Amino acid sequence: MAKNEIKYLTAIKTEKPKKKYCRFKRYGIKYVDYKDIEFLKKFVNEQGKLLPRRLTGNSLKYQRKVTDAVKKARQMALLPYVTDLLK
Amino acid sequence: MMVIFTPVLSDDEFKAAQKRYTDLIAKHGGEVVHSNPWGLKSLAYPIQKKTTGIYWVLEYKATSDFNSKLNVQIHRDEQVLRHMYTALDKYAVEYNAKKRSGVSADTQKAEA
Repeated sequence: MAKNEIKYLTAIKTEKPKKKYCRFKRYGIKYVDYKDIEFLKKFVNEQGKLLPRRLTGNSLKYQRKVTDAVKKARQMALLPYVTDLLK
Repeated sequence: MMVIFTPVLSDDEFKAAQKRYTDLIAKHGGEVVHSNPWGLKSLAYPIQKKTTGIYWVLEYKATSDFNSKLNVQIHRDEQVLRHMYTALDKYAVEYNAKKRSGVSADTQKAEA
């Protein structure tokens, strides 16, 4: 056993990551509007790229609706394809 | 349908363009549910060397073959920078109706 290993009586309190939930299921949102930019910005990072499901915590069905909405917003120049400082 | 016009368009030209399309819809037996001009907005990226555009969102009901006629008109119109049709499913229609009636609770709720 290494000399300098410190033994704790109780386990160190590791901060458990907050349980992610699908906000669409919880709040019962059924349609993602591509014109609603503020709402879409939550699913896009600073470079304007789409966030993966493991970060947004969305369920598959609603993540697809979000991607469609973001792509439509990008096509109509409401959201940039790539930028450096979006938020 | 969402349309972006060139920013150089004056106000009454913009209204004339709107009227032209709404009349086209009415003539072909369609029905305009809601027209919502946003006016001049800056684009996220330049389109045809222009950084601003006049946005116009139009929600309409029409027969399925009407869109091809509308498409020909829009492609011929050079004032239009870009346009997009989106088919609205029942949730979308319900969302738009709710949004117009003033209650847009779902975006607030999603803030948490």
